[in-house]
Amino acid sequence: MAQGVVAINPVTISPKTGISAALMVLALILLALGAVLSRAEAGAGLGVADWAAIRFTVLQAACSSVLSVLLAVPVARALARRRFVGRAALVTLLGAPFILPVIVAVLGLLTVFGRSGWLNSGLEALGLPAVSIYGFHGVVLAHVFFNMPLATRLLLQGWQSIPAERFRLCAQLRLTPRAMFRAVELPMLAQIVPGALALVFVICLTSFAVALTLGGGPRATTIELAIYQAFRFDFDLGRAALLSVVQLALAGGVALFALRFVPVITMGGGLDRVMPRWDARADVQRVMDALVIGFAAGFLLVPLAAVILRGVMGLPAMPATVYLAAGTSIAVALSSIIVLLALALPMAGWIAGRKGGGLEAVGLLGLAASPLMIGTGWFIVINPYADPFDFALPVTVLVNAMMALPFALRILVPPMRDAVETFGRLSAMLGVRGWALWRILLLPRLRRQIGFAAGLTGALSMGDLGVIALFADPDRVTLPLQMVRLMGAYQMDAAAGAALVLLVLSLGVFWMCDKGGRGRAEA
Amino acid sequence: MKYLTFATTTLAATAAVTTLAVSSAQAETPVLTVYTYDSFTSDWGPGPVIEKAFEEVCGCDLNLVGLGDGAALLARLKLEGARTEADVVMGLDTSLIAAAKETGLFKETAVTAEYTLPVAWTDPVFAPYDWGYFAFVHNKDLTPPANFKALGESDLKIVIQDPRSSTPGLGLLMWVKAAYGAEAPAIWDGLADNVVTVTKGWSEAYGLFLEGEADMVLSYTTSPAYHLIAEEDDSKAAAAFDEGHYMQIEVAGVLSGTDQPELAEAFLNFMVSDVAQSILPTTNWMYPAVTPAAGLPAGFETLTIPAKALLTPSEEVPAIREEALAEWLKALSQ
Repeated sequence: MAQGVVAINPVTISPKTGISAALMVLALILLALGAVLSRAEAGAGLGVADWAAIRFTVLQAACSSVLSVLLAVPVARALARRRFVGRAALVTLLGAPFILPVIVAVLGLLTVFGRSGWLNSGLEALGLPAVSIYGFHGVVLAHVFFNMPLATRLLLQGWQSIPAERFRLCAQLRLTPRAMFRAVELPMLAQIVPGALALVFVICLTSFAVALTLGGGPRATTIELAIYQAFRFDFDLGRAALLSVVQLALAGGVALFALRFVPVITMGGGLDRVMPRWDARADVQRVMDALVIGFAAGFLLVPLAAVILRGVMGLPAMPATVYLAAGTSIAVALSSIIVLLALALPMAGWIAGRKGGGLEAVGLLGLAASPLMIGTGWFIVINPYADPFDFALPVTVLVNAMMALPFALRILVPPMRDAVETFGRLSAMLGVRGWALWRILLLPRLRRQIGFAAGLTGALSMGDLGVIALFADPDRVTLPLQMVRLMGAYQMDAAAGAALVLLVLSLGVFWMCDKGGRGRAEA
Repeated sequence: MKYLTFATTTLAATAAVTTLAVSSAQAETPVLTVYTYDSFTSDWGPGPVIEKAFEEVCGCDLNLVGLGDGAALLARLKLEGARTEADVVMGLDTSLIAAAKETGLFKETAVTAEYTLPVAWTDPVFAPYDWGYFAFVHNKDLTPPANFKALGESDLKIVIQDPRSSTPGLGLLMWVKAAYGAEAPAIWDGLADNVVTVTKGWSEAYGLFLEGEADMVLSYTTSPAYHLIAEEDDSKAAAAFDEGHYMQIEVAGVLSGTDQPELAEAFLNFMVSDVAQSILPTTNWMYPAVTPAAGLPAGFETLTIPAKALLTPSEEVPAIREEALAEWLKALSQ
């Protein structure tokens, strides 16, 4: 994020560790890419089904991002200008899908929107035709479920950044709501919306778990899923590699280009203010806002409630393997946090000490390089020397940490920059450098952000269903994978129980890290 | 093949988690590792019963490892290559035999028995242990279509399996191809809008059907027997198609790299013995490869017997599969 910082202080954070961390990330990705390229059969070309996968991937990502952001606009607007009981809770909840395991949400959506789910039971009672959740619309639905809240939060930040005086001025000038929207809100939207669209688009481009569970065969296959199929179904490493290259070019290209617009991810500070709005006092507007908020809350809460309800009933049905898998998942999540911090902190320190923001691109590669491409690449690398399946969990940990890296950098770099700018000179004068600089200045200053980044990583890792699916075998199962297996074996009650455990673990690890960061900072 | 996964009653037997590592104290007991499909090893499948029965006679530890569906099993084996710890692979079928032999990972077996299969069995590498006819299973309150053409013209919703990961999925490809040959793409075009979703394995598909996500599911003519015998529920039936029904013969084979060749051979012999053959019909819900002395279980006589059976010789499958898969992908990715 290079936002015209004028004076950069003497660099006091040693760039060495930062550079080595960045090099490690780069090496991890480039080695995988090299391996993949060495096996990609260029001659084989892409078949009809591969092109269909590419088309589907782009189309669903475009639809998902446009829908998510379009729906988020009225929700964010309503939230920005209304005060009601439970508003704070709802704003917090908007952050939840980001750390909610995909597979848990899918189970919730199935319970609500499945053919024998609540919605269709209602439609049937009314004599209306049933809707199916499988295929294109199911994938888009799940993506909107995940990303509409994210977009809402980004837009809400935008609204909160509008000085209250402007609304007051508009009221004094007696601008109509429409004129006020054009004068004040539209310019803000013009700034935020492209970034929100880009972020959601990129997230949906590399979607795997949703397509795995809700995709309907060749018609609804993302590139990520096609890599998995080439790998696990056909053991066609050449095709898996070729698809990986396509995925990297597509997602990587879009990510590097688009993520420049992405706004900083905050912890939700300041989202609790409500603007006094003189333009939105009519009853019609109140009712509309209430409806919008009610709809959004329902869309988020009903599937979550479904998971919890079904999960509580399913707990007794859970086989012992669920607990084993839960233990594995906890270990993976904690390891991911450690790896992430070991990579992200030095990198953030390095980036913060430099003028340009382009170095963050290394972190962004983590988002652009698909987890399955890295998994495929590393399988090819390891295979001649050792049993790749023995490395299933370490590879998962690394990939999880890398997935979280771009987000962690976005969280850590701005406060790191602040700390360096404010105290860099003083520290340099006092000769505080190296580890002492981290211990005395940076770590305490960044405690909250570190806690938040760690929590995010832990939750992402806990719920991740990606590279582990490639390397899965009965002895090395994480909880999300175990859940998929239970769903596959139609042990829906046990799967629901596992979903609840996974939900509690994900939110738990996030809450503990986040709380740890805040608690001490405020003490 | 697969036992229907729906039996909540058997969940009580969950304790038998077989995949836990054998403790070093038992290291002197030889371990036979058998890769098979998920539904075989599930607590409600034949796995636990077979394991108990075989361990009583073998003085060994039978380690049944469930790895997805049948076709994914072969891909997994290719992934592991010569490094695999498996001694035996059980759950491939006639459609996969040629591809499996091509890996060069299997060795010949001396196992033989008085097979009661509908075809003569002469394969030197693989031993058959059960068989069945593929069929679309539906609730009896539905009037099923009489063939693929009628199914394609109807607005019935079906769930099928991915031919790249699942043996029933592959079986369906071969079925359509065997029945329609060059006309197969047109049949798939007709079916494309009936397919609700394509699942990785049989279990997922059958689960979706039971959940009510589809009107019909690709399974076996023997599947209704499960509901009838295990659940005393006669509401399910298999649709009889007038083109004939494709057959599946499930087989097991020994890997050349095995460190337990005698045990592996003994296991194959056990699988075609009267003990195992009596277990399979009511746990794997397929016809036995050797009709047990006591005959078929009561209830099997109610099952649909296809008027015409279809089966492509296994050595002809790979070429047909490639063409059929391309046609399938094309029709279903539109």
